[in-house]
Amino acid sequence: MFRFIVRRLLLLIPTLFGLSILLFVWLHRLPGGPETAILGERGTPEMRAQIRRSLGLDEPLLMQYGRFMKRLLQLDLGTSISTKREVTTEFIQRFPGTVELTITAMVIAIGVGIPLGYLAARRSGSILDHASVGGSLLGTCIPIFFLAYVLKAVFAEWLGWFPAIGRQDSSIDATHPTNFFVLDGLLTREWDAAADAIWHLILPGLALASIPFAILVRITRASVLEVLGEDFVRTAEAKGLTERVVRRRHVLRNAMLPVATSIGLLTGLLLSGAVLTETVFGFSGIGLFLYEAISNRDYPVLQGFILLIAVIFTLVNLAVDVSYSLIDPRVRVR
Amino acid sequence: MALLDVEDLSVTFRRRGQRTVHAVDGVSFSVDAGEVVALVGESGCGKSVTSLALMGLLPRRGAQVGGSANFDGTELLALDQRSMRDIRGKDVAMIFQDPLSSLNPVIPIGIQVTEVLVRHRGMSGDAARKEAANLLDRVGIPDPRRRLKEYPHQLSGGMRQRALIAIAVACQPRLLIADEPTTALDVTIQAQILELLKELVRDSNTALIMITHDLGVVAGMCDMINVLYAGRVVESARRKELFAAPRHPYTVGLLRSIPRLDVGRGEKLTPIRGSVRDVLPWSEGCAFAPRCDRRIDASIGEPPPMVPTHTGHSYRCVNPVPVEEKA
Repeated sequence: MFRFIVRRLLLLIPTLFGLSILLFVWLHRLPGGPETAILGERGTPEMRAQIRRSLGLDEPLLMQYGRFMKRLLQLDLGTSISTKREVTTEFIQRFPGTVELTITAMVIAIGVGIPLGYLAARRSGSILDHASVGGSLLGTCIPIFFLAYVLKAVFAEWLGWFPAIGRQDSSIDATHPTNFFVLDGLLTREWDAAADAIWHLILPGLALASIPFAILVRITRASVLEVLGEDFVRTAEAKGLTERVVRRRHVLRNAMLPVATSIGLLTGLLLSGAVLTETVFGFSGIGLFLYEAISNRDYPVLQGFILLIAVIFTLVNLAVDVSYSLIDPRVRVR
Repeated sequence: MALLDVEDLSVTFRRRGQRTVHAVDGVSFSVDAGEVVALVGESGCGKSVTSLALMGLLPRRGAQVGGSANFDGTELLALDQRSMRDIRGKDVAMIFQDPLSSLNPVIPIGIQVTEVLVRHRGMSGDAARKEAANLLDRVGIPDPRRRLKEYPHQLSGGMRQRALIAIAVACQPRLLIADEPTTALDVTIQAQILELLKELVRDSNTALIMITHDLGVVAGMCDMINVLYAGRVVESARRKELFAAPRHPYTVGLLRSIPRLDVGRGEKLTPIRGSVRDVLPWSEGCAFAPRCDRRIDASIGEPPPMVPTHTGHSYRCVNPVPVEEKA
């Protein structure tokens, strides 16, 4: 197990190396550059050239890449062109928001999706089954930005149950040692700050949960249906075990294997930032920041963030593989 | 009185938009305490469905069960789910065909054995584990303490079947149903498993219903044999009598298709022609008639009745194979 983890972590190095080259070439091939973003259409060629020079963009690409790599080895991702702050600082400040949003969305998707998928399978062919399959289809079909706007319009603006924007009310003067606003509130015992942060998470969490929810309903349903037909479930029934034991120990445990994989993949996906949801709810996570960085051609931010996201994605997948081997003894990692 | 009395058992599968299937069509047989009774027939003759119906394991939707199955005074077919769960695994236990798929792949063998003990014998913790080890030892699994911690995929096919048998006999059931228990195993292992079953039922006076398509399996261990065809018993006799003087052409066909070592070279096996799909509905005559060489006019039209003889041997045929005169 330990060797498996180490090997996978070592594999991360060539992966990131390759990704950095791709990223570098791709970003610098994009039409326009930071100078256009800074000056707009009115800048003179001389002004543009001066900005390019000051940012070191006039050097050959290989030189630029060399410099980037040299700094990267010292764990320095450079400075954002638009905010003039270190990329790492920006990431540390914004990533917690995305993590909180991801956790909220996954808790909703798992908490509702898995039980619903399970019930749909147990009563396959019933109204509940058709409704949940239809509902999950709707979940995948409705565009997130639309759903997000509807949620915002109804529950925030019309009914006023939830805040419409941001991660925390501006009137709350909370301290943020970790930038995980909910965690900060708990750590500093500012309960109202924590509650307010949770309140702000609900609508964007719901919007972001729609697709993982739909996927989990379907995968759980299909998987439970398959396991219900397995011989070992019949053996469990033949033992005269109570329905509860048959369900928990024999059906659910086996049915959860494919579901666990999807949960891992979906979590990794959501952690890469939810541009649409974050934009609609003015939620400051990495999605919103990345979107701005693309418009501003903020090369250091894009390079740094995408590399960090790749690292996180790989780590999440590694965690999935390890946990998979814990639930399924047939998959022993070496 | 017999331990189990099955009277006129029928199972019908109905699915919307599909033809109704009479999988079991009026099957009757009885099993005495300590007796080994065989249900023999080709795939699709209704033998497995019969056993699942007795266990109450048929799918709740779509399957209709009729007739009666009296187990020591209890009508099995009339029991609700909860009471059936109390009997299953305790008084009536079952061994299935494919030991790999019949064991839960993600749970150690130990728990799969102890959960029956916990459920029906009120054991817990160490006592259950100790008893589980005893059971594995009794069915011939070496080093049982270590095996308890292992998962099904770490055991060989024969071991797995032994583990399933251990689970089935864990609560000393009075009736054991074995559904093709050796089909998925190597020939040498088959013999060992049959030997083990024989030993277990002899030692504990357990009644055994042996479901198989293989008359060779039956020959070594069964007291009473019921041959099934298209959902009905077509011949029923004590083992010696059935092998010595089979009367139903289908039974004769089955016996002829067993490969034997003691026949001369060049003698061919005689298969039964056609397949189970060439069936006449019982209401229109003998279901076996389309495949039968001894078919006569009387075979078609009326369903043939079960003809009893004075020795307890009975057959369902209007033109039975004559008993060979023995010198």
